[in-house]
Amino acid sequence: MSDISDRVKKIVVEHLDVEEDKVTETASFIDDLGADSLDTVELVMAFEEEFGIEIPDDAAETIQTFGDAVKFITEAS
Amino acid sequence: MFDLTGKNALITGASGGIGGEIAKALHAAGATVGLSGTRVEPLEALAADLGERAHVLPCNLSDKDSVVALPKAAAEAMGSVDILVNNAGITRDNLFMRMSDDEWDSVLNVNLTSTMRLCKGVLRPMMKARWGRIINISSIVGATGNPGQGNYAASKAGVIGMSKSLAYEVASRGITVNCVAPGFIATAMTDKLTDDQKEKINTQIPAARMGTPEEIAASVLYLASNEAGYTTGATIHVNGGMAML
Repeated sequence: MSDISDRVKKIVVEHLDVEEDKVTETASFIDDLGADSLDTVELVMAFEEEFGIEIPDDAAETIQTFGDAVKFITEAS
Repeated sequence: MFDLTGKNALITGASGGIGGEIAKALHAAGATVGLSGTRVEPLEALAADLGERAHVLPCNLSDKDSVVALPKAAAEAMGSVDILVNNAGITRDNLFMRMSDDEWDSVLNVNLTSTMRLCKGVLRPMMKARWGRIINISSIVGATGNPGQGNYAASKAGVIGMSKSLAYEVASRGITVNCVAPGFIATAMTDKLTDDQKEKINTQIPAARMGTPEEIAASVLYLASNEAGYTTGATIHVNGGMAML
């Protein structure tokens, strides 16, 4: 779990260029971390690559926060 | 003037008059080219002419699976697709009142839907690379309409609207999406016209002649270049002044 969480956090920090401590469980990519809609598409692409999983479009829409991403990836992998 | 060394370009309809010239122009500027089309023979002849940095990638654009597989095949052959030129197109002309669903569907499918699918297929790596060039070949009739070409004109107008929308979405990622809209261009298709017919057409063109495939390729080359990085969502009309848009 913590391993997945760390890897997801690293991607988010790098991609959105934000401070690590801002990436909290409930941090919304768009509202709190300054992502635009295309950034969220790119984040999903990066998660897919890092974890070797497929995230379908309808599932991708439900991934709004850092916590959502960690939860989805934990369940998928 | 434009240097495409190190860039990989996929060109559909490369077996045709305009597509072949586009491939030659990009290749001459240093790009590696993936030549796509339905007819393999002319593609191989063109590849042999070009020599190094040319790959033949046959694809039937009316077949969905074949279209989806093309960007992957191109990336495998060349390493990436940095420049996509959607040039392939078909016509199935008929008066609007007589046009069948099949004539409508097949033209929209090849000219518009397959263009959308190919754009989609190359976007992911372009987004990552923060660089990409998509050039869609539209047509003067997409802007002006043409009797007997309701389906073709709709598909070519659709390509412009789609390109602008996509241009909005990916501009911040260094990817540009533009159209080139040719007027009357001298190709094998127009060679079949009689001198009388040609003369009549020329009277409608301020430049008083048909354009050449090279003149279309020149616009595509510009849009593919680094120098065109600030040009996106545009349509370059290359029509000898036939329609000044």
